Amino acid sequence: MSQPVVIAAQNASQTPQWKKWLSLDNRYVPPVFITLILLAGQLSFGILESYERTLLAICTSIAAELILGRIFVGKWLNMASAYITGISVGILVRSPDFWPYAVAAALAITSKYVIRYKGHHLFNPSNFGISLVLFLLPASAAMLSIQWGNNMASMVVIWVLGSVIIWRLRRFHISFTYVISFLVLAIVRSWIIHEPWLSEVSPITGPEYQLFIFFMITDPKTTVRSKKGQCIVVFFVALLEMFFRFDQSVYAELYALFWVGPLAMLIEMWLDSRRDKSRSIETPILATTPGSSQQTLP
Amino acid sequence: MNRGPIARILLYLFFIGLIAVPFILTHRSSRSAMTGSQIDRQDALRRYGFYLMEDSAQAGVRFTHQAPVLDAQLAGIMPEVASMGASVSIVDYNHDGWPDFYVTNSRQGTKNALFRNNRDGTFTDVAPQLGIADVNRPGTGVSMGAVWGDYDNDGYPDLFLVKWGKPMLFHNEHGQGFSDVSEQAGLPAWMNANTALWFDYDGDGKLDLFVGGYYNEDIDLWHLKTTKIMPESFEYAQNGGRKYLFHNLGNGKFEEVSAKLGIKSRRWALACGAADLTGDGHPDLFIANDYGVSELYVNDGRRFREVGKDVGVGFSPKSGMNVAFGDIFNQNNYAIYVSNISEAGVLIQGNNLWVPQEGEAGTRLHYTNMANSLGVELGGWSFGAQFGDLNNDGNLDLFLTNGYISADRNRSYWYDFAKVTAGNSTIIQDARNWPAFDGRSLSGYQQKRVWINDGAGQFEDVAHNVGVTDTHDGRAVAVGDLWNNGALDVIVANQNGPLLIYKNHVNPEEKWIEFHLEGTKSNRDAIGAEVTLYWDGKKQIQQVAAGTGFSAQNDLRVHFGLGKAPQIEKAVIRWPSGIAQILDHLAPDQLYEVKEAR
Repeated sequence: MSQPVVIAAQNASQTPQWKKWLSLDNRYVPPVFITLILLAGQLSFGILESYERTLLAICTSIAAELILGRIFVGKWLNMASAYITGISVGILVRSPDFWPYAVAAALAITSKYVIRYKGHHLFNPSNFGISLVLFLLPASAAMLSIQWGNNMASMVVIWVLGSVIIWRLRRFHISFTYVISFLVLAIVRSWIIHEPWLSEVSPITGPEYQLFIFFMITDPKTTVRSKKGQCIVVFFVALLEMFFRFDQSVYAELYALFWVGPLAMLIEMWLDSRRDKSRSIETPILATTPGSSQQTLP
Repeated sequence: MNRGPIARILLYLFFIGLIAVPFILTHRSSRSAMTGSQIDRQDALRRYGFYLMEDSAQAGVRFTHQAPVLDAQLAGIMPEVASMGASVSIVDYNHDGWPDFYVTNSRQGTKNALFRNNRDGTFTDVAPQLGIADVNRPGTGVSMGAVWGDYDNDGYPDLFLVKWGKPMLFHNEHGQGFSDVSEQAGLPAWMNANTALWFDYDGDGKLDLFVGGYYNEDIDLWHLKTTKIMPESFEYAQNGGRKYLFHNLGNGKFEEVSAKLGIKSRRWALACGAADLTGDGHPDLFIANDYGVSELYVNDGRRFREVGKDVGVGFSPKSGMNVAFGDIFNQNNYAIYVSNISEAGVLIQGNNLWVPQEGEAGTRLHYTNMANSLGVELGGWSFGAQFGDLNNDGNLDLFLTNGYISADRNRSYWYDFAKVTAGNSTIIQDARNWPAFDGRSLSGYQQKRVWINDGAGQFEDVAHNVGVTDTHDGRAVAVGDLWNNGALDVIVANQNGPLLIYKNHVNPEEKWIEFHLEGTKSNRDAIGAEVTLYWDGKKQIQQVAAGTGFSAQNDLRVHFGLGKAPQIEKAVIRWPSGIAQILDHLAPDQLYEVKEAR
């Protein structure tokens, strides 16, 4: 859950002024969507540990992005990405203490500036922050436990809205591939460990997975560029998740993305450099979709 | 990344520092846990003012609870669906001034036990000869708990048996035996309940009975018609058992009035407690629900109104398993302790300590959860808890049981549990979709907590230091002065485990006072009566309650610790009838028998 994808910007001169006022910049679609999810979840089911903790995560995330961006990029960066990271930490982390929220958010943003290769950060920020806190602090933090009533209606709303938005952002194939992979591998897991198939399917019907599917694995900054590559990568996320699940890891999907995501980025960069060498052509490395009008993050 | 090496080095150091934070905190908590290693009793007496000795063998009490074995269709998850039933209630059934206690068993064909106090530190099971042992016969269900109340005001407490099956009411025949009066009383043929209490909700001087259902009452757990018996949601389930409020008609009969008076919940009730939280003279009803929010029913003497959300206790759903009231700050009001689940790395619900906001009362009642700041939030998979001044220092302490299913120490069911409960209701509620336990543990082998209250807003866990080291799957806990020596002893009923009696040894310099109340205009057991004790510039309120904690009942006598060399000003008793009675010239280290003034 990091930088929202940006599709090619329309020529401003061709867009009527009134349309510009009504249409939402694509950068702000995911933040608005996740805010709606948070508000709907909190007002209907009380999903948050507390407003204060979520606010702490958001503020920490934004503050870290502002400070580090100013120091290392030399300008004030757009806060959409940091906001999504903060709100994700605020929704997903469950802890009776306040400090895990601040630590997870700070780790998430700082990782973008520390763990880099050839000008790119490798880890999905919120996945990195949350995974580390869960792994290192099992006695103090856990993941979202309140399950929105285990209610199909609320999940359907998220699926429909999420799919429409992800479609608009041209990332639907990523979520779709992951869901199909998960379901097929659920059959495989069920067959291997002799447990009911529905128990293997169960996690993907919960809210934690919806955030994972619509926000984490679709993060354009930490996914490979080609459509085919993106599908292959999320299949491998689901595949590694299966092995984590065999090991009875409760946060299998997070840990799978933690390893597969950066590895895929590194492989892509390696392939790029080989191609560059063979063609002896220098190609700018950009993580965003070609045609992006958005500021490239460090 | 256009900054120089110094900025980068600082950035890396900051990043390493962030990662180090969890390591440091984890290390600190493990160090503090190590300091809790066992020390000798004299040292415990000097440092904490008391120690507890597990004394069941010396007391002649050998009782091991056996869990239910339900329909074979549930075999795979039997440890979970049959995870309750161990209960304990302290009662002076024969009115001899010495507390006895009753414990339940939960496998078909097993027997419950009533341990009569022999007044010499030993107890004898007299349930078989008194007719309240063989109550788990096939076809009648099994015991889940017991609450005692003198519903006909004849001076001897009667027994209501909470069951998954046919609920039973036994009339106490002057301590010489018990008669099954379930039919005459008009109790329903079947319910799957885990909690009940006696209280006089309408103040007519006759005890009424509340019972909270867990599984739906239409289900016979030994002969299932469907496997869709599980909660529809892990946090918002409303497909549990119904609630019952039996109004005492005074002729040995009861009328079920719950819906008529506004109690219609179908949440999965696991614990309940009654206390006058609004200060209007009528006992209110607090229900801790599994798989959902807690409920607070405010009683205006005629009807009940659910205000859980309004007062702050009914919004965040957890796995409520306990209700205990205690005036922990000596402010003449009750905090409410509700236990939940906390398992490192999976689920951190945290227990709730609901503290009324200062200066607010009545309809403006509001509660804040202070479990975290007071240090009583994390126990484990927590069940029963009770407040009581264990070291007689004038502050109420807290005893908490933990541990759900102890089986194979090296294999856990938590992964499968989390996997299923995260999902959709159609998956969760069908037992067939739950993976089999296959001998695995689920939050097993957990320690009890003995939190002592320092009187300044902090509780410290001293369980190991004072001798509470067992790791059985604790369920019910009850406190009472079993030896009549001014110290609160603790009885713990463990699921599938032995009954433990922790005899309390308190520094004799720490003084105490106890009151045994008898109603005249009020119900004879004085259930619902409140005693406010004033001493050394402090005041503390306690009440007489018949059913509190989880599947437990404390001694009906109220016990106050006073600290060293106390100056007692007075005790004010507010009887359920509304009569206030003031007691002066009280001396410490005494038990006072008080009859309601007419």
